[in-house]
Amino acid sequence: MKTENQRGWLFVLPVLLLVAFNALIPLMTVVNYSVQETFGNNQFFWHGLGWFEDILRSERFHAALGRQLFFTFTILAIEIPLGVIIALAMPRKGFWVPVCLVLMALPMLIPWNVVGSMWNIFTLPEIGLLGYFLNDVLGVNYDMTQQPVAAWITIIVMDVWHWTSLVVLLAYAGLVSIPDAYYQAAKIDGASNWSVFRYIQLPKMKRVLTIAILLRFMDSFNIYTEPFTLTGGGPGNSTTLLSIDLVKIALGQFDLGPAAAMSLIYFAITLAVSWLFYTLMTKDEQ
Amino acid sequence: MALELRDVTKTLGAETHIYPTSLKFEAGGFNILLGATNAGKSTLIKLMAGLEKPTTGEVWVEGQNVTGVLPQKRQIALVHQFFVNYPHMTVFENIASPLRVQRMSRSDIETRVRAAADVLQLGPMLDRRPQELSGGQQQRCALARAIVKESKAIFLDEPLANLDYKLREELREQLPDILGERGTVVVYATSEPTEALLLGGKTALVHEGRVTQVGRTTEIYHMPTDLTSARVFSDPPINFAPVTKKGDEIWMGESITWPVAGDVAALPDGPFTVAIRPHHITPFKSDQASVEIHGPVKITELSGSESVAHFEINGEIWVSMSRGVFPFRVGEMCKFHMTPDDCFYFRPDGQLVAKGRRNG
Repeated sequence: MKTENQRGWLFVLPVLLLVAFNALIPLMTVVNYSVQETFGNNQFFWHGLGWFEDILRSERFHAALGRQLFFTFTILAIEIPLGVIIALAMPRKGFWVPVCLVLMALPMLIPWNVVGSMWNIFTLPEIGLLGYFLNDVLGVNYDMTQQPVAAWITIIVMDVWHWTSLVVLLAYAGLVSIPDAYYQAAKIDGASNWSVFRYIQLPKMKRVLTIAILLRFMDSFNIYTEPFTLTGGGPGNSTTLLSIDLVKIALGQFDLGPAAAMSLIYFAITLAVSWLFYTLMTKDEQ
Repeated sequence: MALELRDVTKTLGAETHIYPTSLKFEAGGFNILLGATNAGKSTLIKLMAGLEKPTTGEVWVEGQNVTGVLPQKRQIALVHQFFVNYPHMTVFENIASPLRVQRMSRSDIETRVRAAADVLQLGPMLDRRPQELSGGQQQRCALARAIVKESKAIFLDEPLANLDYKLREELREQLPDILGERGTVVVYATSEPTEALLLGGKTALVHEGRVTQVGRTTEIYHMPTDLTSARVFSDPPINFAPVTKKGDEIWMGESITWPVAGDVAALPDGPFTVAIRPHHITPFKSDQASVEIHGPVKITELSGSESVAHFEINGEIWVSMSRGVFPFRVGEMCKFHMTPDDCFYFRPDGQLVAKGRRNG
């Protein structure tokens, strides 16, 4: 027999309150700002969808979005294959397994702003180890504070250094969960290394790779701290990614309305692309 | 077709997995490797298949030394306890995969895959993927992959272990038909004595890295040459007790005794170990010569048709298994009967020296 009462709500209430205060209410505040205009003095005027229109038409937003997409897809194109290759090359048993795992985990343990500062100092032409080596030893003119290309290369290399490990660890977890029996069956069939990768390892890693791609997409699409500490969005606006631009509008210019509208558009894009990725990657499982 | 291990050993570091072993298996019927988990059955299979290299010794197939030859060059097939199929390929593609590697023509592949699928009743499932199949069907798919190509030997490493009871029975009944008379050496590893008896053929008993006895399955069941073999080939476990022969009598403990008969009469006086299978110990008197034994019941198990009681006797736990339903109660003293003619007698070093008249 089933008795019905409302007691269940009591159990949900704490979570509901927590989510309300750390997610829903702040988000609603942003929604509130995005449809109003303010001239200070805590006075607000209804502005409808005006800010959204402005942002979507703004060339500055288009440029930042373009840079953001370029950044995200570049690092995905490097980190995912590289991570899989490293995972494949890692030992499966023995003394070196924990050593490799710890070495892999190290970059991820470093706080984001520290990573940014490290790479900043590392690549500065006069004082940085790499900067000095490139400029004064190899004679390559490399200065990320002056050259957009150098700034981009540094940002991408930094992100690859910081986050490829995540892909490695996920792919490795997928690899070690494949029972030996599969490799034995492949050996008896006489399958080549490529076939083993294509028909056993890759399909078995598919789930973890889906997660790796999603995590890396969301994380890199929302990246702020590392490029901000490294280049501050410069030289000029050449490495001003979406989040850096957003902070400039919100806190630099204190344009609350446009910044709020931009936040919501930003959020919607992240959500939509993540959903698209997930649906595409898992569609043959349904 | 014959497959032979000649003085093969396998050591890994300081651990010995296989002690010197020689075995010869021939085509026709099952060649069973029977032993507990970790006894070395899988290692023996891997050595025969070429997945592992023997530390010393040789592997011969059809009069040729194949030690060190890669598994794919040996024309063999292996079916695992786990259902090993390529996850993203259809059943058809899975069964076809060994033939594709051999670069067989498209039409030949089609005919052969359909034939193998028919034998394994997978005809209607050829377009599905392995994860859409039941466990039994997945293992059928793996079996189809094994029989679709011409092979000199097929190894089955506890192929039914991960199936539930019903499917296991069903597939086991069909296995002889599936593997058929194809001039292939069939090696079948199992940890279940009952399975070995049901499949028949020839059995090698494996215990802690050694083959303790080889022979026709029914023969070695009726005549274990030593204590270990008797232990490996009995389910539920065979009962043991130390006994002493004094003149014309055998004494078990202080109170149980029976007169010697047959082979046993020729034994010298002294200590022996007696072994008797659980189904020869019954709660009712089955024979004129049977001996009465008593003990407190520790555990009881009732299946639909059999009653099992674990009871204590002279400090040993013995098992009685009998047809019919008997109401044993845990903790109660119970009376059991055993017939000396069903006993095996082993020397202190474990060798069989005599057996009761009813054991073959």
